[in-house]
Amino acid sequence: MAIIEARGLTKRFDGLMAVDHIDLDVEEGEIFGFLGPNGAGKTTTIKMLTTLLKPSEGEAKVCGYDVVKQPDLVRRSIGVVFQEPALDDQLTGRENLDFHARLYGLNRREREERIEEVLELVGLADRADELVKNYSGGMRRRLEIARGFIHHPRILFLDEPTLGLDVQTRRAIWNYIMKLNKKEGITIFLTTHYLEEADKLSDRVAIIDNGKILAVDSPRKLKDMIGSDVITLRCSEPNRLKNILESISWVRDVKHHGEELSIYVEIGETKIPKIIKIAEENGIRISSITLREPTLEDVYLNFTGKTIREEAKPTIRRPPPRFRRWR
Amino acid sequence: MNSPELQAIYVMWMRQLKRFMRARSRLIANIIQPFFFLAFLGLGLRPIKLPGLITGMSYLDFLAPGMIAMSIIFASMFAGVSIIWDRQFGFLKEILVAPVSRLSIVIGRTFGGATVSIIQGFIILAVSILFGVKINLMGLIPGLFLMLLIAFFAVGFGIALASRMEDPHAFSLIMNLVMMPATFLSTAFFPLESTTSWLRIMIYMNPLTYIVDGLRGCLTNMFSISPWIDLTVTVFLCAATMSIGTYLFNKSEA
Ligand SMILES: Nc1ncnc2c1ncn2[C@@H]1O[C@H](COP(=O)(O)OP(=O)(O)O)[C@@H](O)[C@H]1O
Ligand SMILES: [Mg+2]
Repeated sequence: MAIIEARGLTKRFDGLMAVDHIDLDVEEGEIFGFLGPNGAGKTTTIKMLTTLLKPSEGEAKVCGYDVVKQPDLVRRSIGVVFQEPALDDQLTGRENLDFHARLYGLNRREREERIEEVLELVGLADRADELVKNYSGGMRRRLEIARGFIHHPRILFLDEPTLGLDVQTRRAIWNYIMKLNKKEGITIFLTTHYLEEADKLSDRVAIIDNGKILAVDSPRKLKDMIGSDVITLRCSEPNRLKNILESISWVRDVKHHGEELSIYVEIGETKIPKIIKIAEENGIRISSITLREPTLEDVYLNFTGKTIREEAKPTIRRPPPRFRRWR
Repeated sequence: MNSPELQAIYVMWMRQLKRFMRARSRLIANIIQPFFFLAFLGLGLRPIKLPGLITGMSYLDFLAPGMIAMSIIFASMFAGVSIIWDRQFGFLKEILVAPVSRLSIVIGRTFGGATVSIIQGFIILAVSILFGVKINLMGLIPGLFLMLLIAFFAVGFGIALASRMEDPHAFSLIMNLVMMPATFLSTAFFPLESTTSWLRIMIYMNPLTYIVDGLRGCLTNMFSISPWIDLTVTVFLCAATMSIGTYLFNKSEA
Protein backbone atom coordinates (compact mmCIF):
# COMPACT_ATOMS: atom_id res chain seq x y z
CA MET A 1 0.00 0.00 0.00
CA ALA A 2 1.22 3.49 -0.83
CA ILE A 3 2.18 5.71 2.11
CA ILE A 4 0.66 8.76 0.40
CA GLU A 5 -2.39 8.15 -1.69
CA ALA A 6 -4.40 10.92 -3.35
CA ARG A 7 -7.40 10.54 -5.61
CA GLY A 8 -8.83 13.48 -7.52
CA LEU A 9 -7.31 15.88 -4.99
CA THR A 10 -8.41 19.41 -5.88
CA LYS A 11 -8.14 22.92 -4.45
CA ARG A 12 -9.97 25.93 -5.81
CA PHE A 13 -9.32 29.51 -4.67
CA ASP A 14 -12.29 31.64 -5.79
CA GLY A 15 -12.49 30.00 -9.19
CA LEU A 16 -8.73 29.53 -9.61
CA MET A 17 -7.81 25.84 -9.94
CA ALA A 18 -4.64 25.73 -7.85
CA VAL A 19 -4.61 21.91 -7.75
CA ASP A 20 -6.66 20.12 -10.37
CA HIS A 21 -7.79 16.54 -9.68
CA ILE A 22 -4.39 14.99 -9.04
CA ASP A 23 -3.73 11.32 -8.26
CA LEU A 24 -0.63 10.37 -6.30
CA ASP A 25 0.89 7.14 -5.01
CA VAL A 26 4.08 7.59 -3.03
CA GLU A 27 5.77 4.40 -1.87
CA GLU A 28 7.21 3.94 1.60
CA GLY A 29 10.94 4.69 1.76
CA GLU A 30 11.29 6.60 -1.49
CA ILE A 31 12.28 10.18 -2.18
CA PHE A 32 9.45 11.58 -4.23
CA GLY A 33 10.10 14.81 -6.13
CA PHE A 34 7.33 17.20 -7.04
CA LEU A 35 8.72 19.31 -9.87
CA GLY A 36 7.01 22.36 -11.27
CA PRO A 37 7.38 26.09 -11.87
CA ASN A 38 6.28 28.80 -9.46
CA GLY A 39 2.49 28.81 -9.07
CA ALA A 40 2.11 25.20 -10.27
CA GLY A 41 0.30 24.16 -7.08
CA LYS A 42 3.12 22.44 -5.15
CA THR A 43 2.69 24.30 -1.86
CA THR A 44 -1.08 23.99 -2.02
CA THR A 45 -0.73 20.21 -2.47
CA ILE A 46 1.63 19.98 0.54
CA LYS A 47 -0.75 22.06 2.66
CA MET A 48 -3.61 19.69 1.86
CA LEU A 49 -1.51 16.59 2.55
CA THR A 50 -0.34 18.05 5.88
CA THR A 51 -3.90 18.97 7.00
CA LEU A 52 -3.36 22.75 6.92
CA LEU A 53 -5.79 23.27 4.03
CA LYS A 54 -9.07 21.48 3.34
CA PRO A 55 -9.34 20.04 -0.17
CA SER A 56 -12.21 21.40 -2.28
CA GLU A 57 -12.69 17.95 -3.79
CA GLY A 58 -11.18 14.49 -3.77
CA GLU A 59 -9.42 12.70 -0.96
CA ALA A 60 -5.98 11.89 0.33
CA LYS A 61 -4.58 9.34 2.74
CA VAL A 62 -1.26 9.82 4.48
CA CYS A 63 0.12 6.78 6.34
CA GLY A 64 -3.30 5.26 5.85
CA TYR A 65 -5.13 8.12 7.60
CA ASP A 66 -7.59 10.43 5.91
CA VAL A 67 -6.29 14.02 5.92
CA VAL A 68 -9.75 15.49 6.50
CA LYS A 69 -11.28 12.94 8.88
CA GLN A 70 -8.19 11.98 10.91
CA PRO A 71 -5.98 15.08 10.91
CA ASP A 72 -4.48 14.34 14.34
CA LEU A 73 -3.27 10.88 13.32
CA VAL A 74 -1.81 12.33 10.12
CA ARG A 75 -0.02 15.07 12.06
CA ARG A 76 1.48 12.56 14.45
CA SER A 77 3.08 10.61 11.59
CA ILE A 78 4.58 13.43 9.53
CA GLY A 79 7.22 16.13 9.70
CA VAL A 80 6.99 19.30 7.62
CA VAL A 81 9.49 21.91 6.48
CA PHE A 82 7.54 24.77 4.97
CA GLN A 83 8.61 26.90 2.05
CA GLU A 84 8.77 29.99 4.24
CA PRO A 85 10.85 29.91 7.43
CA ALA A 86 8.85 28.82 10.50
CA LEU A 87 11.36 29.27 13.34
CA ASP A 88 11.17 31.45 16.43
CA ASP A 89 14.28 33.55 15.94
CA GLN A 90 14.16 34.89 19.51
CA LEU A 91 14.91 31.37 20.75
CA THR A 92 18.12 29.39 20.32
CA GLY A 93 18.40 26.53 17.88
CA ARG A 94 18.23 24.03 20.72
CA GLU A 95 15.17 25.72 22.22
CA ASN A 96 13.38 25.55 18.89
CA LEU A 97 14.08 21.82 18.77
CA ASP A 98 13.03 21.32 22.38
CA PHE A 99 9.78 23.21 21.77
CA HIS A 100 9.04 20.89 18.87
CA ALA A 101 10.02 17.69 20.66
CA ARG A 102 7.71 18.51 23.56
CA LEU A 103 4.82 19.36 21.23
CA TYR A 104 5.22 15.88 19.77
CA GLY A 105 5.21 14.23 23.19
CA LEU A 106 8.82 13.03 23.49
CA ASN A 107 9.85 12.39 27.08
CA ARG A 108 12.91 14.00 28.66
CA ARG A 109 15.38 11.23 27.86
CA GLU A 110 14.20 10.90 24.27
CA ARG A 111 14.37 14.66 23.87
CA GLU A 112 17.93 14.97 25.10
CA GLU A 113 19.22 12.08 23.01
CA ARG A 114 17.32 12.96 19.91
CA ILE A 115 18.20 16.66 19.90
CA GLU A 116 21.92 15.84 20.04
CA GLU A 117 21.47 13.28 17.30
CA VAL A 118 19.68 15.55 14.83
CA LEU A 119 21.97 18.51 15.56
CA GLU A 120 24.90 16.25 14.74
CA LEU A 121 23.28 15.06 11.54
CA VAL A 122 22.77 18.57 10.15
CA GLY A 123 26.10 19.82 11.50
CA LEU A 124 24.74 22.42 13.92
CA ALA A 125 25.91 20.91 17.21
CA ASP A 126 28.42 23.69 17.91
CA ARG A 127 25.99 26.54 17.14
CA ALA A 128 22.93 25.10 18.89
CA ASP A 129 22.91 27.54 21.78
CA GLU A 130 22.95 30.69 19.69
CA LEU A 131 19.80 32.67 18.99
CA VAL A 132 18.32 31.75 15.62
CA LYS A 133 18.29 35.41 14.61
CA ASN A 134 22.07 35.17 14.29
CA TYR A 135 21.85 32.14 11.95
CA SER A 136 22.48 32.35 8.20
CA GLY A 137 19.80 31.26 5.73
CA GLY A 138 21.46 27.89 5.23
CA MET A 139 21.73 27.25 8.98
CA ARG A 140 18.06 28.05 9.46
CA ARG A 141 17.14 25.61 6.74
CA ARG A 142 19.25 22.89 8.31
CA LEU A 143 17.70 23.56 11.68
CA GLU A 144 14.23 23.29 10.19
CA ILE A 145 15.11 20.00 8.53
CA ALA A 146 16.51 18.71 11.84
CA ARG A 147 13.33 19.77 13.57
CA GLY A 148 11.17 18.13 10.92
CA PHE A 149 12.39 14.62 11.70
CA ILE A 150 13.15 14.86 15.41
CA HIS A 151 9.95 13.00 16.35
CA HIS A 152 10.62 10.03 14.01
CA PRO A 153 7.99 10.85 11.41
CA ARG A 154 7.30 8.25 8.75
CA ILE A 155 7.19 10.96 6.08
CA LEU A 156 9.05 14.24 5.86
CA PHE A 157 7.52 16.92 3.63
CA LEU A 158 10.01 19.46 2.30
CA ASP A 159 8.63 22.44 0.39
CA GLU A 160 11.41 23.91 -1.77
CA PRO A 161 14.12 23.07 0.77
CA THR A 162 16.92 24.88 -1.06
CA LEU A 163 15.05 27.93 -2.33
CA GLY A 164 17.22 31.02 -2.25
CA LEU A 165 20.36 29.22 -1.01
CA ASP A 166 23.77 29.34 -2.69
CA VAL A 167 25.09 26.36 -4.62
CA GLN A 168 27.37 25.08 -1.87
CA THR A 169 24.69 25.18 0.81
CA ARG A 170 22.27 23.55 -1.60
CA ARG A 171 24.67 20.62 -2.12
CA ALA A 172 25.09 20.23 1.64
CA ILE A 173 21.32 20.14 2.14
CA TRP A 174 20.98 17.51 -0.57
CA ASN A 175 23.45 15.37 1.34
CA TYR A 176 21.49 15.75 4.58
CA ILE A 177 18.28 14.78 2.82
CA MET A 178 19.83 11.69 1.27
CA LYS A 179 21.45 10.72 4.55
CA LEU A 180 18.11 11.04 6.32
CA ASN A 181 16.37 8.91 3.77
CA LYS A 182 19.03 6.20 4.02
CA LYS A 183 19.82 6.28 7.74
CA GLU A 184 16.38 6.80 9.18
CA GLY A 185 14.40 5.26 6.34
CA ILE A 186 12.08 8.23 6.16
CA THR A 187 9.91 8.65 3.09
CA ILE A 188 10.59 12.07 1.63
CA PHE A 189 8.13 14.17 -0.32
CA LEU A 190 9.92 17.17 -1.72
CA THR A 191 8.85 19.96 -4.02
CA THR A 192 11.25 21.93 -6.14
CA HIS A 193 11.50 23.99 -9.26
CA TYR A 194 15.19 23.11 -9.68
CA LEU A 195 15.57 20.39 -12.30
CA GLU A 196 18.95 19.33 -11.02
CA GLU A 197 17.56 18.92 -7.51
CA ALA A 198 14.67 16.74 -8.67
CA ASP A 199 17.03 14.69 -10.83
CA LYS A 200 19.71 14.19 -8.21
CA LEU A 201 17.53 13.42 -5.19
CA SER A 202 14.36 11.76 -6.36
CA ASP A 203 13.66 8.10 -6.83
CA ARG A 204 10.58 9.23 -8.71
CA VAL A 205 9.51 12.61 -10.03
CA ALA A 206 6.05 14.01 -10.74
CA ILE A 207 5.96 16.91 -13.15
CA ILE A 208 3.23 19.36 -12.22
CA ASP A 209 2.10 22.40 -14.18
CA ASN A 210 -1.04 24.51 -13.75
CA GLY A 211 -2.29 22.22 -11.00
CA LYS A 212 -2.11 19.08 -13.13
CA ILE A 213 0.32 16.17 -12.99
CA LEU A 214 1.75 15.61 -16.46
CA ALA A 215 4.04 12.64 -15.82
CA VAL A 216 5.27 10.47 -12.94
CA ASP A 217 8.27 8.19 -13.12
CA SER A 218 11.90 7.78 -12.17
CA PRO A 219 14.18 10.44 -13.69
CA ARG A 220 15.85 7.66 -15.69
CA LYS A 221 12.60 6.42 -17.22
CA LEU A 222 11.35 9.95 -17.86
CA LYS A 223 14.49 10.64 -19.84
CA ASP A 224 14.20 7.33 -21.64
CA MET A 225 10.72 8.37 -22.68
CA ILE A 226 12.36 10.91 -24.92
CA GLY A 227 14.08 7.74 -25.96
CA SER A 228 17.30 9.24 -27.20
CA ASP A 229 20.72 10.70 -26.76
CA VAL A 230 21.19 14.35 -27.49
CA ILE A 231 23.90 15.55 -29.86
CA THR A 232 24.51 19.27 -29.69
CA LEU A 233 26.62 20.98 -32.31
CA ARG A 234 27.67 24.35 -33.63
CA CYS A 235 28.10 24.88 -37.34
CA SER A 236 28.24 27.46 -40.12
CA GLU A 237 24.68 27.03 -41.45
CA PRO A 238 22.47 25.62 -38.67
CA ASN A 239 19.17 26.17 -40.47
CA ARG A 240 20.24 24.32 -43.61
CA LEU A 241 21.73 21.45 -41.61
CA LYS A 242 18.52 21.23 -39.57
CA ASN A 243 16.45 20.84 -42.74
CA ILE A 244 18.76 18.19 -44.10
CA LEU A 245 18.85 16.20 -40.85
CA GLU A 246 15.10 16.31 -40.34
CA SER A 247 14.55 14.22 -43.47
CA ILE A 248 16.82 11.42 -42.21
CA SER A 249 15.02 8.40 -40.75
CA TRP A 250 17.23 7.82 -37.65
CA VAL A 251 16.88 11.43 -36.46
CA ARG A 252 13.92 11.68 -34.07
CA ASP A 253 13.86 15.44 -33.65
CA VAL A 254 16.02 18.50 -34.18
CA LYS A 255 15.73 21.70 -32.15
CA HIS A 256 17.47 24.95 -33.04
CA HIS A 257 18.05 27.24 -30.10
CA GLY A 258 20.54 30.10 -29.95
CA GLU A 259 23.69 29.10 -31.78
CA GLU A 260 23.15 25.40 -31.25
CA LEU A 261 21.35 22.47 -32.79
CA SER A 262 20.10 19.70 -30.49
CA ILE A 263 19.63 16.44 -32.34
CA TYR A 264 17.69 13.65 -30.63
CA VAL A 265 18.89 10.20 -31.74
CA GLU A 266 19.41 6.63 -30.49
CA ILE A 267 22.90 5.30 -29.68
CA GLY A 268 24.43 8.72 -30.20
CA GLU A 269 28.06 7.67 -30.33
CA THR A 270 27.49 5.83 -33.64
CA LYS A 271 25.64 8.81 -35.14
CA ILE A 272 28.31 11.45 -34.63
CA PRO A 273 30.54 10.27 -37.54
CA LYS A 274 27.50 10.05 -39.79
CA ILE A 275 26.45 13.60 -39.00
CA ILE A 276 29.96 14.92 -39.61
CA LYS A 277 30.02 13.15 -42.97
CA ILE A 278 26.63 14.57 -43.99
CA ALA A 279 27.75 18.07 -43.06
CA GLU A 280 30.98 17.75 -45.05
CA GLU A 281 29.13 16.45 -48.12
CA ASN A 282 26.95 19.55 -47.99
CA GLY A 283 29.83 21.94 -47.42
CA ILE A 284 28.81 22.88 -43.88
CA ARG A 285 31.60 23.44 -41.35
CA ILE A 286 31.07 22.02 -37.86
CA SER A 287 32.98 23.94 -35.19
CA SER A 288 32.06 21.79 -32.13
CA ILE A 289 30.06 18.70 -31.38
CA THR A 290 29.13 17.02 -28.10
CA LEU A 291 27.11 14.05 -27.05
CA ARG A 292 25.04 14.19 -23.88
CA GLU A 293 22.28 12.27 -22.22
CA PRO A 294 18.88 13.92 -22.05
CA THR A 295 18.26 15.86 -18.84
CA LEU A 296 15.03 16.54 -17.01
CA GLU A 297 15.14 19.90 -18.78
CA ASP A 298 14.54 18.05 -22.07
CA VAL A 299 11.77 16.04 -20.42
CA TYR A 300 10.18 19.15 -19.01
CA LEU A 301 10.37 20.88 -22.39
CA ASN A 302 8.76 17.85 -23.97
CA PHE A 303 5.80 17.75 -21.55
CA THR A 304 5.10 21.45 -21.10
CA GLY A 305 6.39 22.93 -24.35
CA LYS A 306 8.50 25.43 -22.42
CA THR A 307 11.70 25.45 -20.40
CA ILE A 308 11.37 25.82 -16.63
CA ARG A 309 13.81 28.74 -16.72
CA GLU A 310 11.30 30.78 -18.72
CA GLU A 311 9.11 30.84 -15.63
CA ALA A 312 9.22 33.72 -13.20
CA LYS A 313 11.59 33.07 -10.32
CA PRO A 314 9.79 32.59 -7.00
CA THR A 315 11.03 34.69 -4.13
CA ILE A 316 11.07 33.90 -0.44
CA ARG A 317 8.47 36.01 1.24
CA ARG A 318 10.25 38.07 3.84
CA PRO A 319 8.44 40.41 6.18
CA PRO A 320 9.19 44.02 5.37
CA PRO A 321 11.68 45.61 7.78
CA ARG A 322 9.13 47.75 9.58
CA PHE A 323 7.55 44.63 11.10
CA ARG A 324 10.84 43.54 12.53
CA ARG A 325 11.32 46.64 14.58
CA TRP A 326 7.98 45.98 16.18
CA ARG A 327 9.07 42.99 18.15
CA MET B 1 3.76 16.15 32.18
CA ASN B 2 3.87 13.64 29.32
CA SER B 3 0.47 14.26 27.88
CA PRO B 4 1.05 16.18 24.63
CA GLU B 5 -1.75 18.63 25.47
CA LEU B 6 -0.16 19.53 28.82
CA GLN B 7 3.22 19.77 27.11
CA ALA B 8 1.70 22.10 24.51
CA ILE B 9 0.38 24.39 27.24
CA TYR B 10 3.73 24.26 29.00
CA VAL B 11 5.85 25.05 25.92
CA MET B 12 3.60 27.89 24.83
CA TRP B 13 3.86 29.34 28.34
CA MET B 14 7.63 28.80 28.53
CA ARG B 15 8.22 30.32 25.13
CA GLN B 16 6.49 33.52 26.13
CA LEU B 17 8.43 33.70 29.35
CA LYS B 18 11.75 33.25 27.54
CA ARG B 19 10.90 35.85 24.95
CA PHE B 20 9.88 38.22 27.74
CA MET B 21 13.15 37.74 29.61
CA ARG B 22 15.15 38.41 26.45
CA ALA B 23 13.24 41.45 25.22
CA ARG B 24 14.37 44.00 27.83
CA SER B 25 13.49 46.90 25.56
CA ARG B 26 9.94 45.60 25.26
CA LEU B 27 9.62 45.42 29.05
CA ILE B 28 10.90 48.95 29.46
CA ALA B 29 8.58 50.22 26.72
CA ASN B 30 5.64 48.55 28.47
CA ILE B 31 6.20 49.90 31.96
CA ILE B 32 7.59 53.31 31.09
CA GLN B 33 4.16 54.81 30.41
CA PRO B 34 2.44 53.84 33.66
CA PHE B 35 5.68 54.74 35.44
CA PHE B 36 5.64 58.27 34.02
CA PHE B 37 1.99 58.70 34.88
CA LEU B 38 2.74 57.67 38.45
CA ALA B 39 5.87 59.78 38.73
CA PHE B 40 4.69 62.98 37.07
CA LEU B 41 0.93 62.94 37.41
CA GLY B 42 0.77 61.14 40.72
CA LEU B 43 3.59 62.91 42.52
CA GLY B 44 2.78 66.26 40.89
CA LEU B 45 -0.88 66.20 41.75
CA ARG B 46 -0.45 64.52 45.14
CA PRO B 47 -1.88 67.41 47.21
CA ILE B 48 -4.97 67.82 45.00
CA LYS B 49 -8.37 67.24 46.65
CA LEU B 50 -10.80 65.21 44.54
CA PRO B 51 -14.38 64.21 45.48
CA GLY B 52 -14.90 60.55 46.20
CA LEU B 53 -11.47 59.82 47.67
CA ILE B 54 -11.74 58.19 51.06
CA THR B 55 -10.17 59.95 54.04
CA GLY B 56 -6.40 59.88 54.18
CA MET B 57 -6.11 58.92 50.51
CA SER B 58 -3.85 60.98 48.24
CA TYR B 59 -4.20 61.28 44.47
CA LEU B 60 -1.14 59.04 44.09
CA ASP B 61 -2.88 56.33 46.15
CA PHE B 62 -5.88 56.71 43.89
CA LEU B 63 -3.87 56.56 40.65
CA ALA B 64 -1.63 53.56 41.42
CA PRO B 65 -4.20 50.72 41.06
CA GLY B 66 -5.40 52.19 37.77
CA MET B 67 -1.85 52.19 36.44
CA ILE B 68 -1.36 48.57 37.53
CA ALA B 69 -4.58 47.57 35.76
CA MET B 70 -3.55 49.54 32.67
CA SER B 71 -0.13 47.90 32.43
CA ILE B 72 -1.66 44.43 32.80
CA ILE B 73 -4.32 45.09 30.19
CA PHE B 74 -1.87 46.48 27.63
CA ALA B 75 0.77 43.80 28.14
CA SER B 76 -1.84 41.02 27.98
CA MET B 77 -3.43 42.39 24.84
CA PHE B 78 -0.01 42.54 23.28
CA ALA B 79 0.64 38.91 24.23
CA GLY B 80 -2.63 37.83 22.63
CA VAL B 81 -2.15 39.88 19.52
CA SER B 82 1.39 38.56 19.02
CA ILE B 83 -0.25 35.65 17.16
CA ILE B 84 -0.21 38.07 14.23
CA TRP B 85 3.57 38.23 14.37
CA ASP B 86 3.73 34.45 14.61
CA ARG B 87 1.66 34.28 11.46
CA GLN B 88 3.74 36.97 9.77
CA PHE B 89 7.00 35.21 10.61
CA GLY B 90 5.69 31.73 9.79
CA PHE B 91 6.02 30.22 13.27
CA LEU B 92 2.25 29.77 13.55
CA LYS B 93 2.43 26.99 10.94
CA GLU B 94 4.85 25.05 13.14
CA ILE B 95 2.29 25.25 15.94
CA LEU B 96 -0.78 24.49 13.84
CA VAL B 97 0.69 21.41 12.14
CA ALA B 98 1.56 19.82 15.49
CA PRO B 99 -0.70 17.06 16.82
CA VAL B 100 -2.17 19.15 19.65
CA SER B 101 -5.53 20.87 19.94
CA ARG B 102 -5.93 24.55 19.33
CA LEU B 103 -7.53 24.87 22.75
CA SER B 104 -4.23 23.88 24.39
CA ILE B 105 -2.44 26.44 22.25
CA VAL B 106 -4.85 29.15 23.36
CA ILE B 107 -4.58 28.11 27.01
CA GLY B 108 -0.77 28.08 26.86
CA ARG B 109 -0.64 31.49 25.29
CA THR B 110 -3.13 32.84 27.80
CA PHE B 111 -1.13 31.56 30.78
CA GLY B 112 2.07 32.89 29.20
CA GLY B 113 0.55 36.31 28.54
CA ALA B 114 -0.98 36.43 32.01
CA THR B 115 2.30 35.51 33.73
CA VAL B 116 4.28 38.09 31.83
CA SER B 117 1.76 40.88 32.28
CA ILE B 118 1.25 40.20 35.98
CA ILE B 119 5.03 40.43 36.48
CA GLN B 120 4.79 43.87 34.89
CA GLY B 121 1.82 44.74 37.08
CA PHE B 122 3.88 43.80 40.13
CA ILE B 123 6.76 45.98 38.97
CA ILE B 124 4.35 48.93 38.87
CA LEU B 125 3.00 47.89 42.28
CA ALA B 126 6.53 47.87 43.70
CA VAL B 127 7.25 51.28 42.19
CA SER B 128 4.03 52.61 43.74
CA ILE B 129 5.03 51.33 47.17
CA LEU B 130 8.43 53.01 46.76
CA PHE B 131 6.62 56.25 45.95
CA GLY B 132 4.76 55.91 49.23
CA VAL B 133 1.43 54.51 48.09
CA LYS B 134 -0.44 52.87 50.96
CA ILE B 135 -1.47 49.37 49.81
CA ASN B 136 -3.95 47.27 51.75
CA LEU B 137 -1.89 44.10 52.18
CA MET B 138 -4.97 41.99 53.00
CA GLY B 139 -6.34 42.94 49.60
CA LEU B 140 -3.34 41.52 47.73
CA ILE B 141 -4.83 38.03 47.54
CA PRO B 142 -8.18 38.97 46.00
CA GLY B 143 -6.16 41.57 44.06
CA LEU B 144 -3.98 38.89 42.50
CA PHE B 145 -7.03 36.86 41.62
CA LEU B 146 -8.53 39.91 39.93
CA MET B 147 -5.28 40.59 38.07
CA LEU B 148 -5.48 37.06 36.63
CA LEU B 149 -9.03 37.68 35.43
CA ILE B 150 -7.97 41.01 33.93
CA ALA B 151 -5.07 39.35 32.14
CA PHE B 152 -7.27 36.53 30.77
CA PHE B 153 -9.79 39.09 29.56
CA ALA B 154 -7.17 41.10 27.72
CA VAL B 155 -5.28 38.10 26.25
CA GLY B 156 -8.62 36.75 24.99
CA PHE B 157 -9.38 40.12 23.46
CA GLY B 158 -5.94 40.17 21.80
CA ILE B 159 -6.36 36.62 20.41
CA ALA B 160 -9.77 37.51 19.01
CA LEU B 161 -8.32 40.60 17.32
CA ALA B 162 -5.33 38.67 15.98
CA SER B 163 -7.56 35.99 14.48
CA ARG B 164 -9.48 38.60 12.51
CA MET B 165 -6.67 40.97 11.57
CA GLU B 166 -4.09 40.50 8.86
CA ASP B 167 -2.15 43.68 9.40
CA PRO B 168 -0.10 44.30 12.56
CA HIS B 169 -0.62 48.04 12.06
CA ALA B 170 -4.31 47.73 12.78
CA PHE B 171 -3.29 46.78 16.30
CA SER B 172 -1.53 50.05 17.08
CA LEU B 173 -4.55 51.86 15.67
CA ILE B 174 -6.84 49.97 18.04
CA MET B 175 -4.50 50.65 20.94
CA ASN B 176 -4.44 54.39 20.25
CA LEU B 177 -8.02 54.93 19.14
CA VAL B 178 -9.86 52.50 21.42
CA MET B 179 -7.74 51.41 24.37
CA MET B 180 -6.23 54.77 25.33
CA PRO B 181 -9.59 56.65 25.47
CA ALA B 182 -11.17 53.66 27.20
CA THR B 183 -8.44 53.83 29.84
CA PHE B 184 -8.98 57.55 30.35
CA LEU B 185 -12.71 56.94 30.74
CA SER B 186 -12.28 54.06 33.18
CA THR B 187 -11.76 56.06 36.42
CA ALA B 188 -8.07 55.10 36.22
CA PHE B 189 -7.16 58.80 36.24
CA PHE B 190 -10.04 60.53 38.02
CA PRO B 191 -12.82 59.31 40.28
CA LEU B 192 -16.37 58.69 39.14
CA GLU B 193 -17.59 61.14 41.76
CA SER B 194 -15.79 64.08 40.11
CA THR B 195 -17.60 63.76 36.77
CA THR B 196 -20.71 65.35 35.28
CA SER B 197 -23.68 63.38 34.07
CA TRP B 198 -22.86 62.69 30.39
CA LEU B 199 -19.29 61.71 31.19
CA ARG B 200 -20.54 59.53 33.98
CA ILE B 201 -22.81 57.62 31.59
CA MET B 202 -19.85 56.91 29.31
CA ILE B 203 -17.81 55.73 32.26
CA TYR B 204 -20.62 53.40 33.35
CA MET B 205 -20.81 52.00 29.83
CA ASN B 206 -17.07 51.33 29.68
CA PRO B 207 -16.25 47.77 30.77
CA LEU B 208 -12.77 48.80 31.93
CA THR B 209 -14.40 50.93 34.66
CA TYR B 210 -15.47 47.84 36.61
CA ILE B 211 -12.04 46.24 36.21
CA VAL B 212 -10.24 49.32 37.50
CA ASP B 213 -12.72 49.92 40.31
CA GLY B 214 -12.48 46.31 41.45
CA LEU B 215 -8.69 46.32 41.56
CA ARG B 216 -8.61 49.69 43.33
CA GLY B 217 -11.10 48.44 45.88
CA CYS B 218 -8.93 45.40 46.65
CA LEU B 219 -5.70 47.36 46.92
CA THR B 220 -6.91 50.55 48.67
CA ASN B 221 -10.42 49.83 50.03
CA MET B 222 -11.95 52.56 47.86
CA PHE B 223 -14.91 51.24 45.85
CA SER B 224 -17.00 53.65 43.77
CA ILE B 225 -19.15 50.74 42.59
CA SER B 226 -20.11 47.61 44.51
CA PRO B 227 -17.34 44.94 44.63
CA TRP B 228 -19.84 42.29 43.59
CA ILE B 229 -20.88 44.22 40.49
CA ASP B 230 -17.19 44.76 39.64
CA LEU B 231 -16.46 41.06 40.03
CA THR B 232 -19.51 39.96 38.04
CA VAL B 233 -18.69 42.26 35.13
CA THR B 234 -15.02 41.22 35.14
CA VAL B 235 -15.83 37.49 35.18
CA PHE B 236 -18.35 38.00 32.40
CA LEU B 237 -15.87 39.97 30.26
CA CYS B 238 -13.22 37.36 30.84
CA ALA B 239 -15.52 34.48 29.80
CA ALA B 240 -16.74 36.41 26.76
CA THR B 241 -13.36 37.38 25.27
CA MET B 242 -11.82 34.00 26.07
CA SER B 243 -14.55 32.05 24.31
CA ILE B 244 -14.74 34.43 21.35
CA GLY B 245 -10.94 34.38 21.06
CA THR B 246 -10.81 30.58 21.17
CA TYR B 247 -13.64 30.29 18.66
CA LEU B 248 -12.07 32.72 16.17
CA PHE B 249 -8.59 31.21 16.55
CA ASN B 250 -10.09 27.77 15.88
CA LYS B 251 -11.53 29.01 12.61
CA SER B 252 -8.46 30.92 11.45
CA GLU B 253 -5.97 29.45 8.99
CA ALA B 254 -2.19 29.52 9.07
N1 LIG C 1 -4.49 31.37 -0.12
C1 LIG C 1 -4.59 31.54 -1.46
N2 LIG C 1 -5.58 32.29 -1.98
C2 LIG C 1 -5.70 32.44 -3.32
N3 LIG C 1 -4.87 31.90 -4.23
C3 LIG C 1 -3.85 31.15 -3.78
C4 LIG C 1 -3.65 30.93 -2.37
N4 LIG C 1 -2.56 30.14 -2.21
C5 LIG C 1 -2.10 29.88 -3.45
N5 LIG C 1 -2.87 30.49 -4.40
C6 LIG C 1 -2.68 30.38 -5.87
O1 LIG C 1 -2.67 29.02 -6.22
C7 LIG C 1 -1.71 28.76 -7.22
C8 LIG C 1 -0.75 27.69 -6.74
O2 LIG C 1 0.06 28.23 -5.71
P1 LIG C 1 1.16 27.39 -4.93
O3 LIG C 1 0.57 26.10 -4.51
O4 LIG C 1 1.71 28.27 -3.88
O5 LIG C 1 2.24 27.15 -6.07
P2 LIG C 1 3.76 26.66 -5.94
O6 LIG C 1 4.01 26.27 -4.53
O7 LIG C 1 3.86 25.52 -6.90
O8 LIG C 1 4.61 27.81 -6.36
C9 LIG C 1 -1.03 30.08 -7.53
O9 LIG C 1 -1.65 30.62 -8.68
C10 LIG C 1 -1.33 30.91 -6.32
O10 LIG C 1 -1.40 32.27 -6.66
MG1 LIG D 1 5.42 26.97 -3.27
